[in-house]
Amino acid sequence: MSKGRAQADEYYPGPVHQPPVHIAGTHVEHTHGHHPKLQHHFDTMAQQIEASTLGMWVFLVTEIMFFGGLFMCYLVYRTASPEGFAEASHHLNVTWGAVNTIVLIVSSLTMALGVRAAQTSAPPKTQVAWIVATMALGAAFLGVKAIEYTDKFTHHLVPGPYFKWEGKHPAAAEMFYSLYFCMTGLHALHMVIGLGIMMVIGIMAWRRQFDADYYTPVEVSGLYWHFVDIVWIFLFPLLYLIGGHFTE
Amino acid sequence: METLNYINNGQGLASWLLTKDHKRIALLYLASITFFFFLGGLFAFMIRVELLTPAGDVMTADTYNKMFTMHGVVMVFFFLIPSIPAVLGNFLIPIMIGAKDLAFPRINLLSWYIYVLGGLFTLTAALSGGVDTGWTFYTPYSTAAANSHVITAALGVFITGFSSILTGLNFIVTVHRMRAPGLTWFRLPLFVWAHYATSLIMILGTPVIAITVLLVAAERMLHMGIFDPALGGDPVLFQHLFWFYSHPAVYIMILPAMGVISEIVQAFSRKNIFGYSFIAFSSLAIAIIGFLVWGHHIFVAGQSVYAGMIFSFLSFVVAIPSAIKVFNWTATIYKGSVRLDSPMLYAFGFLGLFTIGGLTGLFLAAMGLDIHMHDTYFVVAHFHYIMVGGAIMGYLGGLHYWWPKITGRLYPEGWAKFAALMVFVGFNLTFFPQFVAGYLGMPRRYHAYPDEFQVLNVASTLGASVLSVGYVLPMVYFLWSIFAGEKSPADPWGAKGLEWETPSPPPTENFYVTPIVTHGTHQYAPSKEVGIV
Amino acid sequence: MSAGHVAPKSMYYMVFGALIVGTILTVAAAKVDMGPLNNIVMLAIACTKATLVILFFMHVRWSSRLTWVVAMSGFFWLLILFGIGMTDYMSRGWVPGTLR
Repeated sequence: MSKGRAQADEYYPGPVHQPPVHIAGTHVEHTHGHHPKLQHHFDTMAQQIEASTLGMWVFLVTEIMFFGGLFMCYLVYRTASPEGFAEASHHLNVTWGAVNTIVLIVSSLTMALGVRAAQTSAPPKTQVAWIVATMALGAAFLGVKAIEYTDKFTHHLVPGPYFKWEGKHPAAAEMFYSLYFCMTGLHALHMVIGLGIMMVIGIMAWRRQFDADYYTPVEVSGLYWHFVDIVWIFLFPLLYLIGGHFTE
Repeated sequence: METLNYINNGQGLASWLLTKDHKRIALLYLASITFFFFLGGLFAFMIRVELLTPAGDVMTADTYNKMFTMHGVVMVFFFLIPSIPAVLGNFLIPIMIGAKDLAFPRINLLSWYIYVLGGLFTLTAALSGGVDTGWTFYTPYSTAAANSHVITAALGVFITGFSSILTGLNFIVTVHRMRAPGLTWFRLPLFVWAHYATSLIMILGTPVIAITVLLVAAERMLHMGIFDPALGGDPVLFQHLFWFYSHPAVYIMILPAMGVISEIVQAFSRKNIFGYSFIAFSSLAIAIIGFLVWGHHIFVAGQSVYAGMIFSFLSFVVAIPSAIKVFNWTATIYKGSVRLDSPMLYAFGFLGLFTIGGLTGLFLAAMGLDIHMHDTYFVVAHFHYIMVGGAIMGYLGGLHYWWPKITGRLYPEGWAKFAALMVFVGFNLTFFPQFVAGYLGMPRRYHAYPDEFQVLNVASTLGASVLSVGYVLPMVYFLWSIFAGEKSPADPWGAKGLEWETPSPPPTENFYVTPIVTHGTHQYAPSKEVGIV
Repeated sequence: MSAGHVAPKSMYYMVFGALIVGTILTVAAAKVDMGPLNNIVMLAIACTKATLVILFFMHVRWSSRLTWVVAMSGFFWLLILFGIGMTDYMSRGWVPGTLR
């Protein structure tokens, strides 16, 4: 099409037509006909919560891939020395691991009920109670991990120059514990961050900021918390329960 | 009386450093990215000076190793990956979809600060003595043997990765949830499709390199051995994890440039793009298939032959969508009303140079050839044709095309044409000899080489000097245009697209009235879609 | 305006119950030597638990198709990393006389 510009415009005035939907002019007068928590680049609260939830899910996908790299290392090395990994796994305390798994599952329940409390405009005290419960359980999880880590330090199971292994597969055991510390350490770091997020959400709930019309931060924080739980759901059997039958 | 636009709406450093406006953030990125571009170029200059003579006489081998490492790290992570998305994508995507801003403006600003922090880490590594592992950080050298600032550099890369992730996250949510009324997916500009595909890669790939460099830092700091052969660790596992991201990363670098080219080629042929949906789907195909080919970097490193065959085959497949795009751009230009303004010159340069780069990639994808050409200058030439001849040409073309929109000023077209020519000539003189040198066997990452390669290297260094002039010129005249350039109308090129319907420079909220879109935004000619045939 | 679907508390308690049962099952199954089946059972239980958390606690059951696609894509992409990556490790040594 080699016609000149004017002729093209004759057919084609452009993709936009009147009338206007929404005046986006300079803010001379700010009459808030909308919810105070609606950010101005969004048109409706529905759009805002949809965008926020989608954003958190996209972030969680990055977290899946982030942990995924470690799971890949685990897959490769466990396939290379399955007996070595099984032998190394025996030293881990299944009871503590199971307790932590239960603790996190309960914390997911309390988190989900906390989101529901905000969703149903429950009194702030109720909302805060669920969030505090979640935090307490998260702290308990970290406490158990501290106990476990201390045990590893005392038994020379920290990889590096002081690692000592009496069994048949010392190299594989050191590899197992490297992965153990990296994976559970990264997970624990995410728990700590989760506790920080819960603190912020708890304060916001205490300040009566959440109700059925606006509970986005709780929902989005809940998604993060559940994700951290899901990582542990995989870590527990892969680290603690391998090696066929065992005596405990 | 100046009308209020995003530049003069709010004065003072704080209004820029604490801005939530995607357009101002784009300019913040422009400043920092330009800094890193010239830093990376400085390292390149050192490399080319050393390679003027066959003997390693300008610097020691260790220093040379640091030069090519820092050149790679800075150029890949701090220039090529962010450049088009963070500058042009940030500025244009909300405008192109008729939105007031991206979905998460504060996260957008955060991504810039994260980028700067990562850059500071890397700058610290450079200033305290540099890193000599190669930008690829291969183990066990990087974890056990290197006595350079690996941890600082690795952390710099780790931190900057989050900047990339947040940008991709923002783009994905924005394109899904913030389009103007009537703007369906198949009415979107191809620039937006390209950035959407790029964002998918950023989200799915970057976290893997994040954990990988973190593991390298952990190994060095804590002496845990995930990649340590003494523990049965596999250095090739590092390479798998590294390249799982770093191969798709090259598509992060090229897809946005392809988006720019799609826009420029339409505007300067005054013609609708040929095969719109093919280009849109090809962008997605490149993003997805690009995740399946990473093993072609590991052919000779110890990967199994059978896995190598799979990766080789898939590497041939991934060339197909790129080729489809090149055919479609060519068909767009064919019988168009072509105007050779400077953005179009960059687009033409892109078309030729990207094609050469892409085809030479196929040579390398063939395992048998790769055995001979791996770690030679053939590889170096191949990726520079794509990254410099392709991505940087796209970046410069886009900067020129949208400069009037971004700044409200016109740059001097004569100088721009001259600079484009210098870039094209300089580029080819720099990198074509490297194809020959590599084919003849000159290895990469060596500061000394056999005498017979000197002529090719001298030509390459000469080309680099011309190329650098071509890069400095736009900096000069762009800066000049901000203060003394002619003021630009809303649509200086006569182009179509929502961004040309709003003033140059745009007001802070982008549009005075939210557009309602009734057909594709880039219709230069009657088409069935609007009922005019 | 309420954007989300509000599930009854009983649903959350039921899912919680299922998760606890799954945990007990997986510990019990680990004590029995089933050979290669151990891994399969363990992974199956873990995947089921994760699915329950995703669908019900994370509300994906009532979310848009897009959310579902996004969530699944993360796990699918991991499978690409694991799957194609392991083709290398599984096929090393197949060419006789070589290490790879």
